[in-house]
Order: sequence, then C-alpha cells, then structure tokens
Amino acid sequence: MGEIFNLQQLINGIQLGSIYALISLGYTMVYGIVRLINFAHGDFYMVGAYAAYFIVNFALARHVNIPVVFVFAASMGASALIAMAANRIAYRPLRYKPRLSALITALGVSMFLEYFFSALPFIGPSFRSFPELITQRIFTIGNIKISNYAIVDVAVSAVLMIFLTYLVRRTKVGMAMRAVSQDKDAARLMGINIESIITITFLIGGAFAGAAGILAGITYPRIYPYMGILPGIKAFTAAVLGGIGNIPGAMLGSYIMGISETFATAYNSLLGEGIAFAILIIVLLFRPQGLLGEVTAEKV
Amino acid sequence: MLKVSNLEVSYGAIKAIKDISFEVKDGQIATLIGANGAGKTTTLRTISGLNRVSSGHIFFKDTNITNMEPHRIVNLGISHVPEGRRIFATLTVMENLELAAWTIKDKNVKSERYDLVFSIFPRLKERFKQLAGTLSGGEQQMLSVARALMTGGSLMLLDEPSMGLSPILVDEIFDVIQKINKQGTTILLVEQNARKALEVADYAYVLEVGTIALQGSARELKEDQRVKEAYLGA
Ligand SMILES: Nc1ncnc2c1ncn2[C@@H]1O[C@H](COP(=O)(O)OP(=O)(O)O)[C@@H](O)[C@H]1O
Ligand SMILES: [Mg+2]
Repeated sequence: MGEIFNLQQLINGIQLGSIYALISLGYTMVYGIVRLINFAHGDFYMVGAYAAYFIVNFALARHVNIPVVFVFAASMGASALIAMAANRIAYRPLRYKPRLSALITALGVSMFLEYFFSALPFIGPSFRSFPELITQRIFTIGNIKISNYAIVDVAVSAVLMIFLTYLVRRTKVGMAMRAVSQDKDAARLMGINIESIITITFLIGGAFAGAAGILAGITYPRIYPYMGILPGIKAFTAAVLGGIGNIPGAMLGSYIMGISETFATAYNSLLGEGIAFAILIIVLLFRPQGLLGEVTAEKV
Repeated sequence: MLKVSNLEVSYGAIKAIKDISFEVKDGQIATLIGANGAGKTTTLRTISGLNRVSSGHIFFKDTNITNMEPHRIVNLGISHVPEGRRIFATLTVMENLELAAWTIKDKNVKSERYDLVFSIFPRLKERFKQLAGTLSGGEQQMLSVARALMTGGSLMLLDEPSMGLSPILVDEIFDVIQKINKQGTTILLVEQNARKALEVADYAYVLEVGTIALQGSARELKEDQRVKEAYLGA
C-alpha cells in the first residue's frame, strides 16, 4: 500500500486534477447560465490542443522562436471561437425550446467536431505527437520527482482559476453572470442583454478548455480527434461531484477526481479508467446536488 | 405615453389576452385590476418584451416596441417591478442595485439615481452590504421597486407590489408609488387589491379573462356598482 498512497502519486493527481478543473469549469459555467450540459465541451479542449500543435509546428518549420504565451493565447482563442460558434449556431436557436432538444444538439455538435476533424486531410483520425513546446526538466527532492510540466499545469490552472474567481465575484460582468444564472427574466428587466452574457460564458469556458488542451498536449504528448471524450466525461463528473453550476465545486471535484484516478491507476490501470464512473454513480445516488451544490427545486 | 392596441397573447393554444386596447397618459397612475388569472401579469410581461405578441401593437412614446428585446425596452425607458419581487437573493443589496444601473454610463447620473433611491428607501442604505435573500419580505419588495427606479424608466410597471405584505407595509408601498409618480414617473399598476389601487390611481381598467370589461376614471369606477360587487367586496 505504501507504494500506492505516496506523495508522488498525490502530486501527479493534483497535476491531472488541474487539467480537469479547466475543462470542468466550462461545463459548470455553461450549465449555471443556460442549464445545458454541453457535451461538446470536451471537443473544445481537443480543438485547443490541435491549435497549439499547428502553430508550434508552423513555427518550428520556419525556425521561428515563438513565445509560449502566444501559443497559449492562440489555443485559448481557437477553443473560445469554436465554443461561441457552437452557441450561436446550434444552441441559441433552441434556447426557449424543450431542454432535451439542446442536449441532443450538444451531442450532435460533439460528434460533428470529432468526425469533421478526423475527416480533414491535414488532421486525420490517427494519433499525432505533440511538439516539445517546453523542454522537460525533472527536479528531484528526496525520492519525489517533480517535472516542470507539473508545475506549469498546476500554475496555469491556478492562475486561470484565480482570474475566474475574481471575474465572477468582483466585476460587473461576473455580477451579471450570477444574476442571469439565478433569474433570466429579472436580469432582462435590469436592461441586461442576456445573450451577450451567455456569449461571454461560452468564451471563457471555451478558452479554459483550450488552455487545458494545450497543457494536456505538453504533458501527455499524443493528440487525436477523440481525445476530448474521456477527459470530457471525467471533467463533467467532477462538475457533478462538486455540484453542477457551482464554480468552487468544479475545482474541488476536479482535484478529487484527478487524485482518485491517479491512485486507482497506480493500483490497477483499469480501475483508474473506471473510477470516474464509479464516482458519478455514487454521487448521483447519495448526494445528487454534489458536494458544494445546494438542493434546488427545478423551476418549470 | 403607452398605447396598446388590439393586443393578443397566447400560451401555446391558449389565448391569455384577447384583443385588448388601452393607454397610459403621461404623468398618470393607471391601474389594471382583475381577478387571479385575468391576464394582468401577461399584459405587463408582454409590454416589457418578456412574452411574445401574437397580434396587435404596443407603442411607447411613438416608438413601436412590439416584440422588441426586453433589454432594449428597458433602455427606451420602461422599468418593471415583476410579480413576486424576483430580487437576486444570493447577491447583496448593493449588487442588485448595481445591476439595475447596468445601462447607466454617466457617473453623475448614476450617483443622482442612487441619491433618489436612498431618499425614498433609506433602509436599503443600511442594508447595503447584506445579501438580498436575508431581507424581510417588505424590504425585498422595496428593493424590487428600488431596482426598477434605478433603471430610470419614465414609465414604471408594477405587478402586485402589495402581495404578501402586512397592512402597514401595504400603505407604505402605496405611498412610495405615489411619491415616485410625483417625481415624474408615469405608473401602470397591476393590483388585486382593487380598493387601494383605485385610491391612488387616476384611471383604471378592469380585466376579466383576457379582455377589458370596464374602464374609466378611478373615481368613477370606485362608485361603479359592478366594480363594488366584484372587486371591492361591497
Ligand atoms: N407560463 C404560462 N404558461 C401557460 N399559461 C399561462 C402561463 N402564465 C399564465 N398563464 C395563463 O394565462 C392566464 C393569465 O395569467 P396571468 O397573466 O398570470 O394572470 P394574472 O396576473 O391576472 O393573475 C391564466 O389563465 C394563466 O393560467
Ligand atoms: Mg399575476
């Protein structure tokens, strides 16, 4: 047991959880604002990884030194654009239709992105290796090894989460987001254009998924068009675990998910893959509102 | 100021509003009274753009606002105190008011608006940092009206502001409505409390299952036999 439950695994778990958190936040924010489980969200993460892949390779081919920050910005921008386009083209026309329509449409958007990317000749369905954007370094402290990738993952994720918390708690747009998630009609009567608030929500959620995509590309450097499916499900589970619609909940749920997955994988790799589903079932059975969620009566 | 002509509104196959026409004159307090389910809320929501118009027209100061987006209607100058208060419970009083000031760009205008709101609702100033959900029912209603005042419309729609309040608070809210009117805001007041509404109003419409059954000056309607029997319990 000592080999499984050690500090090294905990660090790996937090690292993985940091990536899940960035995906999970988009699920939870979109759900909070429009009550839609956006199944295409994992694919926005995939788009972010590919955007970075192409930019870095383009730069490498021309022997241009490209700042890492610029690659991040481009990835986040690409995912944000896809997220906003999905909202505008697919979800917005169904805003006041039965909720199931939007849910099924989200599945459709997800499949479209996966198959479309596989079909594009310059992408294709197979694995590609992600270029080395940052040179790996390993720091050894006692018998623990920490890679600079872990530091980057945890730090980027933390910075973005602090930014989001500030935005939601302290800015006017954040205030409007909280108001829209509570009562859309009342928000409209304040003169708020709720569609623009929804667009901003997709923008932020998409950008965060893009950041997760590039971090995943750096850390686990194999990308393919279906790479968003499993992390998407796990991040969604993390959001449900934390209480869907609740931002700190998504962060907490993601760390728990990353850590349990890492420990479970160390024990048995199949168990690692299955733990997300086990957690999802247990949460839904015993605490459907999630760890930090409140019990709310669904409004008709 | 507001002119509604031949308005029809449906929920699916059910017609909630059937061909109604009415108007609210500049500076007036007009009231729309009627039983539960008559269509009062639907009428106000349709004016604000929250419900779709099936047919007919709504004009506000010569602008056709039929089926316009709600936030644009607010910008044109219609504020709406919705039925059931609808304050943002997990936001503070300050945040509720800040949101209502969403469309105000000018800092001076905003601080004038705050002064006006606090002169009418001094208690909200004391409760500024408190979560709106922790206010008493009466204070929540005051906040809902304060929010509408903050949006700065020249016409204010109020949907049963006296609902669920104690008699003292009912008097207080009607005083507030008159005060707001005296400061230059035209009012369209929806009430089930017909007695009170007719006391403060200039003109009144009686809504019965989606149609206007009666109309006249509030003074006349107070003495009308049918109104007395149906709405004043006499
Ligand atoms: N969201 C809705 N869906 C379907 N029918 C509705 C809805 N809201 C109101 N109605 C119906 O429309 C009619 C008018 O309701 P409403 O405008 O709320 O009346 P009031 O405010 O005068 O009590 C009622 O018959 C009511 O049942
Ligand atoms: Mg009503």
